[in-house]
Amino acid sequence: MPGPDLIVRNVLWQDELVSLWIGQGVIQRLAPPDEPSSEGEQLHGGGALLLPGLIDAHVHLREPGFEYKEDIASGLEAAVRGGFSAVLAMANTSPVNDSAAVTSFMRDRAAAAHPLGPRLHPVGALTKGLAGLELAPLAELAEAGCVAFSNDGMPVANPDLFRRAMEYASDLGLVVIDHCEDPVLAEGASMNEGRFSGLLGLKGQPVVAESMQVARDILLAEYLDLPIHLAHISCRQSVELIRWAKVRGVRVSAETCPHYLLWTEEMVQGYNTLAKVNPPLRTDDDVLTLRQAVREGVIDILVTDHAPHADHEKEVPMDEAPNGISGLDTALSLSWKLVREGVLSPQDLCALWSARPGALFSLPVNRFQPGDPADFILFNPDLEWTVTPETLRSKGKNTPCLGQTLPGRVVAHGIAGKILFS
Amino acid sequence: MLWPHKDLLCISQLTAAEILYVFQMARRFAEINTRPVKKVPTLKGKSVILFFVEPSTRTKTSFDIAGKRLSADTYSLAASSSSLRKGENLKDSALTLQAMHPDALVLRHHQSGAGEFLARRLSCSVINAGDGWHAHPTQALLDGFTLSEVWGDDMTGKTVLIVGDIAHSRVARSDVLLFTALGARVRICAPRTLLPAGVRQWPVEVFADLTEACKGVDAVICLRLQLERQKAGLLPDLREYARTYGLGAGHLNKANPGVLVMHPGPMNRGVEIDAALADAENSLILDQVSAGVATRMALLFLFLTRKDAPDQGDVRSDQTESRQPQSPLLQED
Ligand SMILES: [Zn+2]
Repeated sequence: MPGPDLIVRNVLWQDELVSLWIGQGVIQRLAPPDEPSSEGEQLHGGGALLLPGLIDAHVHLREPGFEYKEDIASGLEAAVRGGFSAVLAMANTSPVNDSAAVTSFMRDRAAAAHPLGPRLHPVGALTKGLAGLELAPLAELAEAGCVAFSNDGMPVANPDLFRRAMEYASDLGLVVIDHCEDPVLAEGASMNEGRFSGLLGLKGQPVVAESMQVARDILLAEYLDLPIHLAHISCRQSVELIRWAKVRGVRVSAETCPHYLLWTEEMVQGYNTLAKVNPPLRTDDDVLTLRQAVREGVIDILVTDHAPHADHEKEVPMDEAPNGISGLDTALSLSWKLVREGVLSPQDLCALWSARPGALFSLPVNRFQPGDPADFILFNPDLEWTVTPETLRSKGKNTPCLGQTLPGRVVAHGIAGKILFS
Repeated sequence: MLWPHKDLLCISQLTAAEILYVFQMARRFAEINTRPVKKVPTLKGKSVILFFVEPSTRTKTSFDIAGKRLSADTYSLAASSSSLRKGENLKDSALTLQAMHPDALVLRHHQSGAGEFLARRLSCSVINAGDGWHAHPTQALLDGFTLSEVWGDDMTGKTVLIVGDIAHSRVARSDVLLFTALGARVRICAPRTLLPAGVRQWPVEVFADLTEACKGVDAVICLRLQLERQKAGLLPDLREYARTYGLGAGHLNKANPGVLVMHPGPMNRGVEIDAALADAENSLILDQVSAGVATRMALLFLFLTRKDAPDQGDVRSDQTESRQPQSPLLQED
């Protein structure tokens, strides 16, 4: 075996100080911290936590079409700093990613802006123009490099069309990601339907708008014996349905976001448009249920649902504000809050943000075994940082974290053995 | 009392003592309205902008008269006739309004939270004259003042019933807050489709049956029904609504003797309320209109003469306070 190209010394892996030996873009081995080597570049980790590069299976990078909110270069820069080595970019761009041309454009832009990574994996539209009327050319999209299909943002109301989409996608070996929302029940909502929507005089979205579609998808998946992945789950009723489905052996997987594990509808008080997100922030009970579901694996993975918007778009009354929270910069710190609170372990983080999303979408994953892709981050959980527009790399400054001090910073990021920053 | 508030956005920001102080002032101003010359120089030199993005002739006229009787200059920015119209970015409207240096802005807007939105961006007082489904504090204050003229200020032991579309009513939300603050018991009555989410956590008793709801009440407030609720699938038709939730003499037989009837107007006669009842002796509907002017005079007086009101000629307040969203002035609420 050739010697290492890079040795990352003195890093903490599962409570032990080690050094990470990397050669030709892959992990060679984890070695004792001071094992000498005459070869290879040296990076001193200073006792930081060693984690695999994270995978975010749900981001909106806004290019093409809405570059003022975010572009592929700025979105991937936020990913690098946030600890993400790979992201799955949703199709609700303009034009919609429903053709090979758009898929290739996105991949080319990513390669040009960030040749070393993070890797951008486009998610193809499930229906043409996301209109929910006709299937998009899924085979063409798969061939061009899409790793999944989704109508995210524009849920498919027609159950027959949705069934056919699942069937067609299965022939291509790719999963359908569903944004579970009944568009009629959810229409015009600015927040969760409940006590606070009643007090604030805002139209609320009932949890059943989500869970009814979750139930539909589970029943279809069982009937067709096909996999389905449920996006950004936000409430107890959905969790209970997913748990039930998994016990029955239905091939269902699900994701949630850090914001659904930390914040409730109360965040919207004072008409705080930064906390307007879809599905909306729910109640304490939903937060507690989701925390347990994540710990137990009922919810399989974490995603950011990174949804950047320009300041002027959020600086409007609640009803007019677009949904979304910019998430790539803050996701790992917010997740670390959950580690501090004892909700998750660092091992859970590796599973939720790397191993399981990798498995779900057939992406290479770094488990620090010889031959694994050398995608890794060094994370210092003791460094605190204050979220300000300046500290966010995303163009989207729309996060309720603004002004908060969060724990933990990514201090180095390597993809395929190349250091992006340290 | 030193008036501590920069803005009036929601009844929840007022203490019971502050509400009663508004009544006390309104009583004094009501007297002016009965004089042959209905004008005093109290607010001479002050300017009040009436910014009604959602049209409302009644409330706007009431504020206009209130301002003029105190010698304030009032300027109307109608939604349709100015560049400040529905559809324009509210932040740009705020910047434009700020540049005009008003002393107070009276805002009616179709979106909940619009008052708070402008209050955070303007150094002048913002008085919410109705925002979306959220709040209509001046209506609640005039409703409370109207009843206090009959009952006195202590409303302990009184029961007020609010009937109609509670879910979409800013009047209902503000009335509930005000009457419970003054010690009254509040009931609401509506079909389930017109009840807001979380209403069980409100400090009210909830009824679906109007006859039951009327038993032993001292006042009934009928709300205006927006006729488009039928199209939205919340109601079968107006005839059925009128038969089930329209207030009639039969319902009032169950109420306490001397029961009072109110309506914020404009009324759909025969829908929310039997036509004859609206004109009956125990109807306070026109008293509400008079009380509206007096209450709004009181409010304009309190907000425009508060001790730390920004002085137009004061360079410091122009340069510092008006541009600092976190000024002490704004932190009060
Ligand atoms: Zn979505």
